[in-house]
Amino acid sequence: MRAHTVPVEGEDAGIDLSGIDPADARDWLARMLLIREFESTAGPLATSGEIPGGMHAATGQEAVAVGITSVLGPEDVAAASHRSHHVALAKGMAPRSVMAELFGKASGCAGGRGGHMHLADFSVGFDGSNGIVGAGLGIALGAAFAQGYRQDGHCAAGFFGDGGANTGRVWEFVNLAAAWKLPLIVVCENNGYAVETPVGAAMAGESVANRAAGFGLPAVQVDGQDVAAVHRAAADAARRARAGDGPTFIEALTYRHLGHDIGERGQYRTTEEVEWWQTNRDPINRMRVALEKSGDLDEAGFADLAAQATARVKDAVEYAAAAPLPDPATVTDAVTSFALKVRGNQ
Amino acid sequence: MTTPASKRTTLSRAYRDGLAEEMARDDSIVVLGTDLYERGGHWAQVTNLGPQFGRDRVRNAPISEAAMVAAGVGAAMNGLRPVVDLNFLDFAFGAMDEIVNQAAKVRYWWGRPVPLVVRGTTGFAGGGAQHNNPIESWFGHVPGLLMAYPSTPYDAKGLIKSAMRGEDPVIFAMHKMQTGTRGEAGGPDDLVPFGQAVIRRPGRDVTVVSYGVMAPKALAAADRLAADGIEAEVIDLRTLMPLDLDLVEESVRRTRTLVVAAEDYRHGGVGAEIAAAMQESLFRELDAPVLRIGAPFAPVPHSPVLLEALTPGAEDVERLAREVVKTATGGRPQ
Repeated sequence: MRAHTVPVEGEDAGIDLSGIDPADARDWLARMLLIREFESTAGPLATSGEIPGGMHAATGQEAVAVGITSVLGPEDVAAASHRSHHVALAKGMAPRSVMAELFGKASGCAGGRGGHMHLADFSVGFDGSNGIVGAGLGIALGAAFAQGYRQDGHCAAGFFGDGGANTGRVWEFVNLAAAWKLPLIVVCENNGYAVETPVGAAMAGESVANRAAGFGLPAVQVDGQDVAAVHRAAADAARRARAGDGPTFIEALTYRHLGHDIGERGQYRTTEEVEWWQTNRDPINRMRVALEKSGDLDEAGFADLAAQATARVKDAVEYAAAAPLPDPATVTDAVTSFALKVRGNQ
Repeated sequence: MTTPASKRTTLSRAYRDGLAEEMARDDSIVVLGTDLYERGGHWAQVTNLGPQFGRDRVRNAPISEAAMVAAGVGAAMNGLRPVVDLNFLDFAFGAMDEIVNQAAKVRYWWGRPVPLVVRGTTGFAGGGAQHNNPIESWFGHVPGLLMAYPSTPYDAKGLIKSAMRGEDPVIFAMHKMQTGTRGEAGGPDDLVPFGQAVIRRPGRDVTVVSYGVMAPKALAAADRLAADGIEAEVIDLRTLMPLDLDLVEESVRRTRTLVVAAEDYRHGGVGAEIAAAMQESLFRELDAPVLRIGAPFAPVPHSPVLLEALTPGAEDVERLAREVVKTATGGRPQ
């Protein structure tokens, strides 16, 4: 296993599609395109202030979310981090619902009460992004606990980053999942930087996966820019989880193309490094090339997928922009399940 | 109030019996925490529940408060009704994010029920500063959490039963010195609702608001005051969120005086909220300033003489009640 570094120049960037249904592969590509388009559109809206409160884009990390969720159904659960538009959309959340939440509108998935770090849709099994580093894994842990208790054959995936891998809670969660053999897929999206701190400067030990192996669960490293590779690792993990064999730890080596937050002008990495990843390890380009090579997608086919993504995001923005704002009089509603009387609220 | 099934028991056993009745009724209830199955918890609060319900439902957990509570939150969002038993409520510090930043906010964002109980024993006793923190005001300050603090076996049983049938995350505090408090407990259908304080002793001269361990202390003070003809009305809040200020206000309208008795630090505690609310509502009806009893502002010390110096007692309630009555009556004897 290796720490997160730029792959060696000339290392094969091809994607192995053997055993993968081309229709599935095209679907994954379509999902990645939707996520890319969503964030590429929302980013400038956050910079301009139309979307309040800023945002964390996962641009470049799409293959991790799409690969992991490719093995999950709506009864399976995912919960993720502060950077999780990709997981939310990959898990099946409607772009309208997500975009309206970013806009702070009443028809957003949290009624405008959450924002981009608090997306959820329980009907598709997305139990929430999370503003607290490492905490999304805890929600997935609890979902897996419920699934294991019911022995219903479902599983949960919890996402966090390399930053989260340096929190104590993440390892409490991993230990409990391993000790209780819970049907949990632990997903570390190692994008190389915790905000501006490079992994190498902050993390002792060889790798996150290596650290995880000490908890006695299978721990694998996977190329997070290869959706098929992520899919295969996730499929193994889901099989184990559903069979009652306990959790699996997947460290996906990935890279975010944009800053920690939209508008960031960081000096912590070089333009050359970013461009290398964009040019040589872009998960969308790689999948497109692989499908074209295998003859399962032509230029027109790709253009069609891209146009669909563009249309869906355009529709989401139009919907969100036109959606009504929440009524300020509702600000203290639904804090509890009953009408809570607190003096001074009126 | 009580059904034929009511019986004399202790606060800890009443809690356990209430939980056992709910677990028998609803198999989505699971209990997790350290030392629960064999030991029955550090306060005998779940004695024999392990053998009765099995290891799937009464789970010994590693000493990982964040993991226990996170498992509880996520499971509560997915159809279970977990009770995370921290033994000592102080250990919630290791899971504050899971309680405050996760459990408390899920409904506000997404309307999703989080029927989670986090139980802990709390309050001043021997053992030093890290096992005896009064932290009820912290939790009472977090929108989305309910906070129970029963002082009698009847309320411990009735409140845990209500909590297990509710949809909200509940912090369930039980005072160490009341583990063995004896009294009647209700039957299987005797629920105590959240947000309803109770008048433990009616009186015309001064209202004393209390909760937890201060409720029996306030009653003891009321006995001594009565010997001198001062009739104190003692209110037991039973839950700190919701906080039943309406009953307090109704009482103070009659007595025109108020003493708030909490073991919590006097500075910035729940008593301050009660005092402020009453002066806002009843400034012209009050015959004396509202006085508060609470601990002085220091960590909980080890030496018994120091601990005694920190712990509010019945004599403090008595002293302040006499003081407000004296002010109210212009110094005339009652």
